[in-house]
Amino acid sequence: MYNPRASFENQLKELERLLLEMGRAAETMLEHALEALAQRDVDLANDTIASDDKVDYLKLEIESKSMELIATQQPAAKDLRRIFGAIQIASDVERVADYSVNICESAIKLADKPLFKPLIDIPRMEQVVVKMLKESLEGFVDRDLELIEQMILDDEEVDNLYESLYDELCEFMKKDPSLVDQAVELVLISRHLERIADHITNIGERVYYVETGIFTELHQ
Amino acid sequence: MEEGRSENSSGNGKDEKIRVEKFNLYYGDFRALKDIETSFKKNAITAVIGPSGCGKSTFLRSINRMNDTVQGVSTRGQILLDGENIYGPDVDVIWLRSRVGMVFQRPVVFPLSIFDNVACAPRVQGITGSAVLSDIVEESLKAVDLWDDLKGRLEQPALSLSLGNQQKLCIARTISIEPDVILFDEPCSALDPVATLRIEELMWALREEYTIVIVTHNMQQAARASDHTVFMLDGQLIEAGPTNKVFTKPEDFRTEKYITGKLA
Repeated sequence: MYNPRASFENQLKELERLLLEMGRAAETMLEHALEALAQRDVDLANDTIASDDKVDYLKLEIESKSMELIATQQPAAKDLRRIFGAIQIASDVERVADYSVNICESAIKLADKPLFKPLIDIPRMEQVVVKMLKESLEGFVDRDLELIEQMILDDEEVDNLYESLYDELCEFMKKDPSLVDQAVELVLISRHLERIADHITNIGERVYYVETGIFTELHQ
Repeated sequence: MEEGRSENSSGNGKDEKIRVEKFNLYYGDFRALKDIETSFKKNAITAVIGPSGCGKSTFLRSINRMNDTVQGVSTRGQILLDGENIYGPDVDVIWLRSRVGMVFQRPVVFPLSIFDNVACAPRVQGITGSAVLSDIVEESLKAVDLWDDLKGRLEQPALSLSLGNQQKLCIARTISIEPDVILFDEPCSALDPVATLRIEELMWALREEYTIVIVTHNMQQAARASDHTVFMLDGQLIEAGPTNKVFTKPEDFRTEKYITGKLA
């Protein structure tokens, strides 16, 4: 069907392509950060930290493209929500990348000594968080609100894992203060994963808003 | 935060200045307006938007019965001004138009002086005292922000003014007889962007005292310069609501298509 705004539509699609590229870059960073932690791989951690520049660059590009479209195209209704949503999602994706950098920094600190306990809950959190990020991007690309609503339910599991791990690590530290250095890093990593899950939840809510025009807290 | 149910109304209850009930207008057999139901709020600007030929100007002209003189026009339904049907048998159309003024697409300036262009409306109403007329002209020109510029040359021909100032002069003439409602029919389509913004600012100032309805094909103007928006298509009212809602989250897919420029 003839669309009198075909070139504007193409620019919106380009904006969303950039956003997906940024999301995929953050997803790779998160996966590599967790691999660096598990494998005690300092080089991989350093490379991952360096790749944050690309995510920051893409965020700036999305923001400047969005400003340009607002200034030149007078977007309204869903077109406007798509641009507004892109700016917000880019901001959440950037935070996911920043927390991945923080996990890499902890991974580097933990790499020089064997861990006092095997990693169990953190890999489980990782699994859920990576799945959430993949699904949020898939939901964004396919406009799949059902997937988004399902994805957001997983945030609950991440919160529960964080709380139990926090309690467990505190107990370790109380019993044996020599474990504090390592335990604090593990608390921080789990905290970063918990925050990443919150930002992914935000992404889901932004996608929901773009599609429906309704601002809502999908995760209660 | 989900908003409440959409109503085909830009006003309600005691704030309502004009209520339109099942209003239809026919040009001969052609039904140009179909069962229009809406209302216009006091001290607010309502923009009527829609593609060419959707009936928006016909609708606007129905509010002060400007269509009466068009051959073959007939109407059904009613338009109530402060509760009184303006299509009732006892309504004096001259009285109606003194309460519901109109500003047209191109400034309708008479080949008279600036002063007489404004004073002619109160004169038609029987006001002849020169002091009273001078006061009215001064107040009217002040209201449209022309007084300081023009007070020293009121006897000059009005046609010597810029188009933007001619349009302001027409607005001054409209308000010189203190109507309740001002209808603007594409008031800026002949004006440059700066003059356009000046007229929009003026409308914002005037809404403190008047009920304003503006027909515009400029969607950005409707978005910028109105409190409520009514969208029409093929003689029907499709959607009416607060402007900020209509332009961010319209209810009807046809409104969405129109305001995003995709109504082919």
